[in-house]
Amino acid sequence: MADTKRMQTVAGIILVFILFLTGPFILPVYWTMILTEILIMGLLAMSFNLLFGYTGLLSFGQAGFFGVGAYATALFLSKGGNSLFVSLVAALGAGAVAALVIGFLCVRRDEIYFAMITLGFGMMLYTVAHNWLSLTGGSDGLPLLNVPALNLLGREFSLFDPNVMYLFVLTVTALCIFFLWRVVRSPFGLMLTAIRENKQRLAFVGAGVQHLRLAAFVIAGALAGMAGGLFCLFNAMATPDILHWGFSSRPVLMTVLGGSGIFFGPLFGAAIFFGLEQLITSMTENWMIFLGIILVPVVIFFPHGILGTLMDWMRTRTKRAP
Amino acid sequence: MSETPILQIENLGHSYGRYLVIRDISLAVAPGELTALIGPNGAGKTTFYNAVSGHFRPTRGRVHFNGRDITGVPAHKLVPMGLLRSFQITNIFPNLTVMENILVPLVLHHRKGFAFLPSLRRKKKLYREAEEVLDKVGILSSAYRLANELPYGDKRLVEMAIVLARNPKLVMLDEPTAGMNPEETERMIHLIKELATRFGTTFFLTEHDMKVVFSVASMIYVLHQGVLLAQGDKEAIRANTAVREAYLGGSARD
Repeated sequence: MADTKRMQTVAGIILVFILFLTGPFILPVYWTMILTEILIMGLLAMSFNLLFGYTGLLSFGQAGFFGVGAYATALFLSKGGNSLFVSLVAALGAGAVAALVIGFLCVRRDEIYFAMITLGFGMMLYTVAHNWLSLTGGSDGLPLLNVPALNLLGREFSLFDPNVMYLFVLTVTALCIFFLWRVVRSPFGLMLTAIRENKQRLAFVGAGVQHLRLAAFVIAGALAGMAGGLFCLFNAMATPDILHWGFSSRPVLMTVLGGSGIFFGPLFGAAIFFGLEQLITSMTENWMIFLGIILVPVVIFFPHGILGTLMDWMRTRTKRAP
Repeated sequence: MSETPILQIENLGHSYGRYLVIRDISLAVAPGELTALIGPNGAGKTTFYNAVSGHFRPTRGRVHFNGRDITGVPAHKLVPMGLLRSFQITNIFPNLTVMENILVPLVLHHRKGFAFLPSLRRKKKLYREAEEVLDKVGILSSAYRLANELPYGDKRLVEMAIVLARNPKLVMLDEPTAGMNPEETERMIHLIKELATRFGTTFFLTEHDMKVVFSVASMIYVLHQGVLLAQGDKEAIRANTAVREAYLGGSARD
């Protein structure tokens, strides 16, 4: 029985992936670009959820690693680098290194203290990006004058084509999500949920809780960096506002909307977030009010988020069916 | 008693600020001997436990485990050596299944805590070992239920199974039957005795319930206002007048 459930899950994921693949062939270009942004922010939110939903750590500095990744890509490409692959590896690596250094100081604390320390480091990174004019271009950001073309089977595809960009982002995000999927289903993933559930008990069966947390923090930082690198390619520039702590609230909102601790919850939340933004900004510019109006009842009445609640609902339905 | 004691404590003392909670506690536990520490509320039992099991460093005295000095060694480093404890309040992983509760210590036991790519589900050996442990404590049939949904007594058995999964040499139980109904208490007593005789695990426990202590322990220490008041087998403890006055309120019947 567990196997058929597993098959259903895998089939569902493949179906959704195929739907995503058909996106640029049926959607207008504008919506393809929105979909690209959903994937990138969804990846950022999923990296946040590894810490929040799985490990029980509220990181308010995830935008910091996103920004570090974006600047790593921008710096590499603007200083003469000419490899798409290396520019993204740089983003991944920069996110991981930044998370290792900052995480070393964060993981000793819990709850609000952890959140405040990550917030503090996020603010510092923002200030660096904003004020170090010679390196980052300050508030103007770092534009990408040259985005290397994608070389596939001897043919070149320009990433300035929104459809190519979308399919490229989809591929990279899917690979990162597959990696995350393996992580949460590994023995290490079980350790992370055990930290969330009862870190004292975990320490008293012999785990070095801080080391495990640090490892989770580095993985999340690396993936956030990767998302930042993609975001930089997508916008053809890196700007300091993506390191701002206000930006860090986005993955938090998306995760809570979609469902924390639900694997695809944050991605789903990102889709709702952008979908609503598009829908409501066409009517009024005060769309955040409506986001608030939706968010509050979600938090109060659907603690598992929208995707989590849908999944619960489907589960009880299949249970009732003969 | 020619064997090296599994646990040897010398002049253990601990103070919070100027308040001395326990002092001059010396005792030795022989391997396999079921030992109990009793004492009225506030006698310092929990402080004693925390000082021995690596919760904090005692301000005075030494703790030896299997001949090794482990004074102040943090809990997660004592575990691989074979010293584990349970808590007065049920301490499990509430929103994981019972099976996962046991897989957690088993993953750590096999040093796979940082294995982040292999699938846990494919580790059939771990699942088999977990089943064995669950079978030992008698909750195998609840393996795939959420730990949180089990009745109270079964939750305490989950905790016992978590501890046993790390294959301990010495288990320190802090009031293992607290809050249990008579049936659950009976089951726990039976389990402790069985584990001690069949698997040679050494148990050290604190208890409020005299019946439990007298039916399980072969060696009893009495803690009163931070110092050891008496020690001996149950007859000796029952007969001890100082203990009667301090703890049994002079009315030890049965």
